[in-house]
Amino acid sequence: MRKGRAISTFAAAALLSIGLAGQASAQTIKIGVNEPLTGPFAASGTYVVNGAKIAADEINAKGGLLGKKVELVIEDNKSNPTEAAAVAEKLITADKVPVIMGAWGSSLTLAVMPKLLEYKVPMVVETSSSGKITTSGNTYIFRISPPSAVEAAAFKDILPKLHMKKVDFLVINNDWGRGAADDFGKVLKGEGIGVGLVETMDQSAQDMSAQLSKIKGTDSDTIMVTTAVEQLTLLLKQAAALGIKKRIVTTGGSQNPDQLIDQAGTAANGTYHLTTFAPWYPDQTPDPTATKYFLGEWKKRGFNFAGATESFRGYDGIRTIAKGIEKAGKAEPEAITKALWDVDFTGLNGKIKFQKQGPAGKESGQSMPNVYLIQIDNGKVILPKL
Amino acid sequence: MIEFLQHVINALILGSTYALLGIGLTLIFGIMRVVNFAHGELYAFGAYCVYLVSVLMGLNFFFSILVAILAGCLLGALIEVILLRPMRNADIDTTMLVMIGAMIVMQNGEQYIWGGVAKSVNTPFPEAPFVIGPFSVSSLSLFVFFAALLLIGVAYFLINRTKLGKAMRATFQDRDTASLMGINIQRIYMATFAIGSSLAAAAGALLGPVYVVSPLMGNIASLKAFAIVILGGLGSIGGATIGGFMLAFAEEIGAGYISSGYRDAMGFLIIIAVLLVKPTGLFARSERIG
Repeated sequence: MRKGRAISTFAAAALLSIGLAGQASAQTIKIGVNEPLTGPFAASGTYVVNGAKIAADEINAKGGLLGKKVELVIEDNKSNPTEAAAVAEKLITADKVPVIMGAWGSSLTLAVMPKLLEYKVPMVVETSSSGKITTSGNTYIFRISPPSAVEAAAFKDILPKLHMKKVDFLVINNDWGRGAADDFGKVLKGEGIGVGLVETMDQSAQDMSAQLSKIKGTDSDTIMVTTAVEQLTLLLKQAAALGIKKRIVTTGGSQNPDQLIDQAGTAANGTYHLTTFAPWYPDQTPDPTATKYFLGEWKKRGFNFAGATESFRGYDGIRTIAKGIEKAGKAEPEAITKALWDVDFTGLNGKIKFQKQGPAGKESGQSMPNVYLIQIDNGKVILPKL
Repeated sequence: MIEFLQHVINALILGSTYALLGIGLTLIFGIMRVVNFAHGELYAFGAYCVYLVSVLMGLNFFFSILVAILAGCLLGALIEVILLRPMRNADIDTTMLVMIGAMIVMQNGEQYIWGGVAKSVNTPFPEAPFVIGPFSVSSLSLFVFFAALLLIGVAYFLINRTKLGKAMRATFQDRDTASLMGINIQRIYMATFAIGSSLAAAAGALLGPVYVVSPLMGNIASLKAFAIVILGGLGSIGGATIGGFMLAFAEEIGAGYISSGYRDAMGFLIIIAVLLVKPTGLFARSERIG
């Protein structure tokens, strides 16, 4: 009996503290952040969150939004779609955030999307590249990362200079990887380049020797790889261990080339990477001042430079949301959803202005960022002269 | 043909570490009747030991593997004394729940201490692969292969050729009779759990540098270890060794020739097939019941 009373007292105290937390938050504008901080995408998700914090701090240092401070409510979706949906629900119902940024991976984002429709809360998608995200008729989706079709179209212009004849694909076995293989495959075939094997790997797989051994034996000259930095590091090492001499081109923008140089060593040499931000050459980015500010802050906080190609998305994502809230004039989901259509500014990787995509009347927003091809040469990142 | 032989080489290397994982688990289950869900966490523990000693402290890589094996042994003994000894006469489900609890605590502990982002361990081995004709293998993998074989050999020797091993085998056959014959069951249980744990830590220490070290690495290791043990027959060291290699071959050949997307499914298909034909596993040792 006494134990029962202790528990109920504790529960009352807990409820009270939740109530107090709710009141305190009325003084701030909350932005939900739904990212993978553990699991196979932990490295990438952590970078994005750190970028997001820089944006929030910058906004707060300049006086906040609508006279209030910005508060990021950061939750870990564990690289797991089921968790991503649960996190979105928690952010919306318990934390009452009017807008979310997330959820890094395409499968994660796709899992969150029904929740956005259910609660009518907008989400700025900072990383995912599956085409399905903006074409499935979800009016609460605003994406600032390039879908793989846009990436593939940008790649098309570079193609003639790479002199490819036949390409094998090795992609992560989820919406992101399979989508990239489809979109890049179409572009390659359109340009008369052969597409051989399309091999997949589980998102948590650490040993890709079987797939690579198979690819080693084909007559292709290039392997196109889509996955995130952690798996990519292992893959490059294993390809080198198998003595694979084919050209490797990676897509998706989550390669963190400096991390590859650091962790895969010589195995990274000669590889090509399609990326959406070129922090190695700040003067050539669309907004050099912002790029330098961001890189300066990144360095000041003691983060690894390698993360900048990933973390800039978090920075741009939060800045996009902040512009939306400012335009809306209030931190309410419907108002922000409407206002995001009017956002128009230069992000770190190009103009952020949403175009309509998807079925008429139910369009999602898609911004069209720049895509760069870089190469790792002798442990350095270069813009290849083609 | 060349491609096939490359697959065989890959599978042999992978299989040696699978076997190491399986032996530790099967030993613990066979002798103690404990379903050790924390096995994968001891694997992760071994990998983090290597990361701590060789990367953070900057000490010798080979020394760090030794540290991991010894630390795994100690941690195993500790888990046995603190968690399992009080549960000695509890049924198998109860100890299973205790071990699931231990797994959750250890995994979250790793996450808390090291963070969710994977760590990579550099080794003194050259990055250039070892090339024999058309075949190619990294020297680190070769080292892992031989080290794993050595450890499997040591485990065999320990179980089959030493007095401790004899006592362990006697306990496996019949705990009560062994106790009546003057075998100190407490000590045998602690030694079993410590040896099983150090084998898991050794597998983690060897594979951590090959792949990456992350808090969730134990999950997949546990899953594979259980698959291997079921395949080989509960309690059989020989079975676990062969089971480890079989699983590696199934995954490698399955991914190479059938479908890479179903790589992890291949092993489980084989297990289902084995269980249908021989439900006790391929090499289950007989034990006296009752």
